[in-house]
Amino acid sequence: MALVRLRGPLKQLAGGPEHAVAGATVAELLTALERDRPALHGWILDERGRIRRHINVFVNGERGGEDTAIGADDRVDVLPAISGGSA
Amino acid sequence: MTELLVGTKKGLFALEGSPRDGFEVTLRAFAGEPVEYALRDPRTNRILAGVISPFYGPKLFVGENGAWEQAKGVELPAGGKEALERIWVIVPGEQDGVLYAGGDPGVLFKSTDGGLSWELVRSLYEHPTRPGWSPGGGGLCLHSIATWPGEPDRLALALSAVGVWLTDDGGATWRHGNQGLGARYLPEGTESLSLCVHDLQRAPRRPERLFMQFHGGVYRSDDAGESWTEIGDGLPSDFGFPLAVDPADPDSAYVIPLTADMDRTTPDGRVRVYETRDAGATWTPRGDGLPAEHAYLTVLREAFAGRGEGPELELYFGATSGDVFGSGDAGATWSCAATRLPPVYSVRCNA
Repeated sequence: MALVRLRGPLKQLAGGPEHAVAGATVAELLTALERDRPALHGWILDERGRIRRHINVFVNGERGGEDTAIGADDRVDVLPAISGGSA
Repeated sequence: MTELLVGTKKGLFALEGSPRDGFEVTLRAFAGEPVEYALRDPRTNRILAGVISPFYGPKLFVGENGAWEQAKGVELPAGGKEALERIWVIVPGEQDGVLYAGGDPGVLFKSTDGGLSWELVRSLYEHPTRPGWSPGGGGLCLHSIATWPGEPDRLALALSAVGVWLTDDGGATWRHGNQGLGARYLPEGTESLSLCVHDLQRAPRRPERLFMQFHGGVYRSDDAGESWTEIGDGLPSDFGFPLAVDPADPDSAYVIPLTADMDRTTPDGRVRVYETRDAGATWTPRGDGLPAEHAYLTVLREAFAGRGEGPELELYFGATSGDVFGSGDAGATWSCAATRLPPVYSVRCNA
């Protein structure tokens, strides 16, 4: 299973910073994570199943998207993007 | 003691006090997050707040005894083509436990348990005209929900920019209520649903009467929103966002004119509320105590609210400048309730 790492309110809602999750793609992984941690529902993925506009997902340090393939030992970081902030 | 709930670009603020003695900030919640709208439901004493995180999406939170809980069900159907973008307004219904919430993209939610859980009103979401709906500058926002005192099945909604929608059967069916509305941003004679209502308020003692601030135009309806008569003559500008009424007087309405759609600031640098007591035949400026020069404020559609009625009607409005002003005498005199808050999105008073 891949290791999903969370920060900020996502970490609080999920009950911890690191979670082992199964899934073949980023979308599958995050869907499973939100399903297993109901308090996270809708916080990373919107109703369409897309990663929210101002959240970035990195797979082993490289920017990924919903369709990025995930291997068993991959590390997936879910981070708020700088683009979401405003003065 | 009056409590004001002020939704701002950087969190929710509660202010307590009175126009005569001043206000103090007693609460800041959701620090750093845009709070588009918040109110306290007097029936449950719960605060309901729409928090629109740019990172994590729109959420509705319910506050009770200092603790916040995320409400369930404030979302669009999973796997569809749209996502909820924003929560614009939350309004108590006529039945115990019932609340309505309006959002972008032009959606209505209903709660029957005091706001803890919600369901999308499918009849509006799946309305056959929806493919032709177009957003205003603020998105496809359902921002006005006018209940009918004593008749829970009757609602009037207003959307930007999809005009007025009426139901008499609790939302099973919907019809337009746009007769008489004229959009200056469309060619003359154009038949269009693209009607940009900015605010809609019902006169509770004569519920068939409604007042509307339009995107250029102030209107009145005497037939429950079926048709509209323009009443903006006498205002320095008929452009603006919010509108308020005195619940005791069905002939009353208050607006806050802005210069024009191309210059959404108070005209000539003077902040003035305009009041009618004859259903829009005449308007009187109310600016005693408000900034009278070099004040170019923008007051958004949810940032004007009242408490009480008659001569003791309290009125409050906030601006994107971070100022909040209040009147304890139905607009005759005004004072500053707060300055230097973040840009104000909404103001609501406790009942």
